[in-house]
Amino acid sequence: MDVVTRVALPAMLHAGRARMRRRLRKIAFALSVVVIVSPAILVFFWMLSLSLKNEIDNLAYPPVFIPDPPTLRNFVQVFAENSMGLYFWNSLVVSGFATLIALAVGIPAGYGIARAQAHKLTVLVLIARMTPALSYLIPLFMVFQFLGLNNTLTALVITHLVITVPIVVYIMAGHFETLPKELEEACQIDGGSVWTSFRYVALPLARPGIVVGTILAFIFSWNNFVFGAVLAGRATRTLPAAVYNVLTFEQLAWGPLAAAALVVTVPVLLLTIVIQKEIVVGLTHGGVKA
Amino acid sequence: MNSHLRPPTTVSVAARPGFLARRHRSYYLFVVPALVVVGAVIIFPWLFTAWMSAFDWKIGTTAHFAGFDNYVGLATNQRFLEAIVHTFYFTALAVVVPLVLGLAAALIFHREFPFRGLLRGVFTMPMMATPVAVALVWTMMFHPQQGVLNYLLSLFGLPPSLWVYSPTWVIPSLVLVEIWHWTPLVMLIVLGGLAALPTEPYESARLDGATEWQLFRYITLPLVAPFLVVAAVIRTIDALKAFDTIYVISQGGPGTASETINIYLYLQAFAFYNVGNASAVVVVFFVIILALALLLLYVRQRAKWTS
Repeated sequence: MDVVTRVALPAMLHAGRARMRRRLRKIAFALSVVVIVSPAILVFFWMLSLSLKNEIDNLAYPPVFIPDPPTLRNFVQVFAENSMGLYFWNSLVVSGFATLIALAVGIPAGYGIARAQAHKLTVLVLIARMTPALSYLIPLFMVFQFLGLNNTLTALVITHLVITVPIVVYIMAGHFETLPKELEEACQIDGGSVWTSFRYVALPLARPGIVVGTILAFIFSWNNFVFGAVLAGRATRTLPAAVYNVLTFEQLAWGPLAAAALVVTVPVLLLTIVIQKEIVVGLTHGGVKA
Repeated sequence: MNSHLRPPTTVSVAARPGFLARRHRSYYLFVVPALVVVGAVIIFPWLFTAWMSAFDWKIGTTAHFAGFDNYVGLATNQRFLEAIVHTFYFTALAVVVPLVLGLAAALIFHREFPFRGLLRGVFTMPMMATPVAVALVWTMMFHPQQGVLNYLLSLFGLPPSLWVYSPTWVIPSLVLVEIWHWTPLVMLIVLGGLAALPTEPYESARLDGATEWQLFRYITLPLVAPFLVVAAVIRTIDALKAFDTIYVISQGGPGTASETINIYLYLQAFAFYNVGNASAVVVVFFVIILALALLLLYVRQRAKWTS
């Protein structure tokens, strides 16, 4: 053995081992990424797969993963035979109006709270966040029964305000807080009223916050199940309530059920993409910042 | 005013006494419409609930004043007490596991790797998905004969499980759905904490020869602890309030094996129309939620003082 190999070989071996270790680490890391992401993929993939397969494949064991050939029959069935279109419309009306009303009262409220430094009012939002939804439902149910409003979309819109108003107020108060006061002060010194400075200075600047508030309020309202399940009649059910009732009372097959589940979820997932970054704020709303 | 036509120096309008106060008062006017709505749909129900809880009242019958009888009845109601136990069992699991997994996931997504943004988007999808829709898919996945979960178990050589059809496994199975649903939220909260971490302590610790585990244990963990507490508070509130997935998947069954306070409450109110009793449950339930949230916040405050 000459000198070169005697010195270089252990060094090379060492370098090789280090490279190997680095590669192993990389593989382990890639594996951990796969492990944490796969449950999400599995459930959504399975939802899609069930909705595109015929009933025989859906009940097959071992399960069929890839629909072959894919069919849209399940979707046709839920829309044609289970009035999915009507329920979709109901959900749109309820969440739409509940969000609009929340914006109408919540944007000014957020502005007022931010400018009057009335942070104590946001404690209400926190308490509302902690209260179980059913505790609103029982008293409101009684009142609606008294007024003869049960089974109407109006009752649902009013109840959904429980969800939409706090979130809009919270998001808007936080957003107006970040806007500089100077522009509004300048406007008021020039003789503008508080209303003018809100309407023509602060409001146009607050557009990004309004978008986030609108989308979050809409999503939370859309996802709500229990209000619709209790307050809605056969014709006024919102989508989540309808999908659940389809399952229990009409004992539908898996394919149409998965198709219905997909129809409920897809609009929400699409909206989520728009506001990726602000979701955390929305979901923790009222939950104290670190 | 006339004597002050020409002030000697220019005084900002905003600096004049009274101006700010007057302005503040008009800012409060902006809050009024929202307060009216909140009063009607949030505060009124709270008060009405508290009031109803003092009555022996079934929908369709006349209410009888009962004082604290509903509460006394609850204290000795075996089914309600079991529901509390189920709720705590469910909550403990549904807080701790997402915290651990969410922390791990945040550490992973804190690093740079290809397709990170896309994969993070995929990972957080469950969080916003409609709970009922998700619950339906899980119901089908849990199916003991045709469900895909037992098939996946068999791939790993594990015996099939009865999942939500077994009284022992129903709560852990429901927690599985909860973990799937809400670990992303914990991850995002912790990720926000990691993004704000300083880099200096890491550099100097590395120079001193600290291992990766030591870096995590003595630098990362203490620094993200406040974010973990925030996540724990939110998770606790949400786990206690969990309703949709439990109701859709197991309806509290088999028997009453997975009947939580919320499910019991729903049945009392809208299956038995026992609104007086249900209102008392609401009050007790709210006190439990408030107490646990305050306890966690207290722990957080104390952790702040001692560090």
